[in-house]
Amino acid sequence: MQSTPSYFKMSSPPVQFESVSLSFGDRQILKEISYAFEADKITAILGKSGSGKTTLLQIINGIIQPKSGAVKLFGHAIDFNNIQSLRLQIGYVVQQVGLFPHMTIQSNIGLLGRIIKMSKHEIVARVKELAEIVQLPPSCLHQFPHQLSGGEQQRVGLCRAMFLNPPLLLMDEPFASLDYETKKSIYQHLQSIQQHEPRTVALVTHDWEEALTLADRFVWIKDGIIKERGDKSDLEKLKSIFLAEQ
Amino acid sequence: MKVFLASFFLLLFSGSSEGQQVIRVGAKHFNEGYILSEMIAQILEDGGYSIERKFNLGGTAVSFEALRTAAIDVYPEYTGTIAAEILKSKTTMTNQKIQQLVNKEFHLEISKPYGFNNSYALVLSRKSSETFHLKAISDLQNHRDLKIGLSYEFLERNDGWRNLAKFYQLPQHPFALEHGLAYKAILENKIELTDAYSTDGEISKYNFTLLMDDKNILPTYEAVSFYSAKLPDQAKQLLHQLDNQINEDEMQKLNALSLFENKGHYEIAHDFLTQKGLLKNSPQIYEANKISAILSKTWEHIILTMVALLASIIFAVPVGIVIYRSPRFSAATIYAAGLLQTIPSIALLALMIPFAGIGKLPAVIALFLYALLPILRNTVMGLSTVDPALKKTATAIGLNPWQKMKLVELPLAMPMMLTGIRTAAVINVGTATLAAFIGAGGLGEFIVTGLALNNTKIILTGAIPAALLAVVTELIFEGIEGFTIPMHLRQKPL
Repeated sequence: MQSTPSYFKMSSPPVQFESVSLSFGDRQILKEISYAFEADKITAILGKSGSGKTTLLQIINGIIQPKSGAVKLFGHAIDFNNIQSLRLQIGYVVQQVGLFPHMTIQSNIGLLGRIIKMSKHEIVARVKELAEIVQLPPSCLHQFPHQLSGGEQQRVGLCRAMFLNPPLLLMDEPFASLDYETKKSIYQHLQSIQQHEPRTVALVTHDWEEALTLADRFVWIKDGIIKERGDKSDLEKLKSIFLAEQ
Repeated sequence: MKVFLASFFLLLFSGSSEGQQVIRVGAKHFNEGYILSEMIAQILEDGGYSIERKFNLGGTAVSFEALRTAAIDVYPEYTGTIAAEILKSKTTMTNQKIQQLVNKEFHLEISKPYGFNNSYALVLSRKSSETFHLKAISDLQNHRDLKIGLSYEFLERNDGWRNLAKFYQLPQHPFALEHGLAYKAILENKIELTDAYSTDGEISKYNFTLLMDDKNILPTYEAVSFYSAKLPDQAKQLLHQLDNQINEDEMQKLNALSLFENKGHYEIAHDFLTQKGLLKNSPQIYEANKISAILSKTWEHIILTMVALLASIIFAVPVGIVIYRSPRFSAATIYAAGLLQTIPSIALLALMIPFAGIGKLPAVIALFLYALLPILRNTVMGLSTVDPALKKTATAIGLNPWQKMKLVELPLAMPMMLTGIRTAAVINVGTATLAAFIGAGGLGEFIVTGLALNNTKIILTGAIPAALLAVVTELIFEGIEGFTIPMHLRQKPL
């Protein structure tokens, strides 16, 4: 198992937004967002589609630069000159999974291992380890993405994002297209990963129940500002208000 | 890979840079051209020179350009052709005048005539000539009702029928007829008279009569050796042995030997020279092994095609990668490559001669240009149809632009790119047959020779292996596809 990347020092909050604002043309997407994500916890970012949830993740990932304010990762400002090494230390599970159709499951999960030039042996071992955690049958590994069910594909996406054991994991509506039963089993896989390898997770979702099941903390983004924030019990109390808004 | 390429190029260009005693003999791709070139080659070989035969050159333009640019040293040509097509003269010229001009303008020389005039002539069956008492063209004046079928060219040419009719005051109204059918038409009594080349093998074969040009109106086309002034004097002396050795009857018979008795040019030339006592060392008759000739021409063909294809891939794929992001630029580039594709192969090959001479180099360049379009177009199309969501994902999870290209975009574009390369390969296998016209060798040599001799067997000797090669190329690419591209991503056959 490779060591945790040295870029991040664990003393500061993993992600800290300080008065972050962003607009596309006339449209204000985010207004003065300030929030610190708690280390090794799952934080749900709730909100309607178009509320700016995905944009928050893209700012953390360095794909979008905010107009004003600062984003610090473990106490450091984002170094845009060295953005690739930052991204390698952030796991990213995108909408619609985004598995590469020309690669086997083994290659999809192990892709970032190739990028940082891990040995073949190390890659195979890490893929096996992750596959076991999310209970992917070993026979899957030599198949192509299209041969897997939606739930299996989503677990592969999770494994790929966690391959380098990143201290930070971004998840953008990862389970939106799955049916209820599949979702429930994936939730268990994610929770089991958190037990084995706890890490900071930013989970974008519009699903209140999903947030309640998985998240330790939550922020509710509405019209570009943080409308509510808190822990599991606060989220539970908000149920009727949130569902009425949706 | 580098060693592989280097050896390819070595193979390609070996043989074009040998010692100074090699004389390169050219031949135009028609029957008489082959026979006369063989005579030149054998006389020089007999005199101790090594000979490289660059036969099958496609017409006067290619042959002369080859001679002028020193890609060949000598080939047989006709004085009338030199005057009209090379010196662009509107009037007839004496041989001395021609000699003077080609020497001054191009540093070339001509020998004395071989002894025959391969001019336009009017021919008719012996029976008709006897029935109507026709011996000379002026005799035609009294036979208004004679049925005359003439080739399109002779009807249209300034020095053809019009001129003749004017000077001889001929009253007939000839009609146009494909030259290939004219002899048959005479044999079947459909027409009584047609135009011909005075040394056509058919004349002696069918015992036709040539009408005498008693007013000397038709331009003379005396065959001569046309060669570089830089040839060693000894070689020039050898060429002069052919002066006045072949009369029209003899040339007709030599042509007929090839056309109707299926005798090889080498053998025809050798027998004739021996009979005339022009070969001192009497070399053995060279019997080419057919199978090994086919194999070596096939190999030449493969090398031509492969080198051009590889060069095209090495050029077009990177260009495609660079330009695909700009729709305007890629449209312009593909348009330009498409324009190249519309140039007829023969014309493109001819256009290459001033830059690259004759032989394999211009052929490879032309084939390279033809292969560009399919490879470039499919590279651009393949890359621009990669799912943008996948490209975004690749960036988001931490791939840099180069890794994204190498690991995601190129592999996903590969099926379409391979289809382009495959198309280019098959086009090249076909087009390479035409490269024989500029002396590049390959299976086209059989086809071009066969066409010139109207000999289906020789054509098939080249066409069948060429077709097989195209099929094998398809199969090889199917194999490559099967090996490199997962089943679900392969291009569906059209």
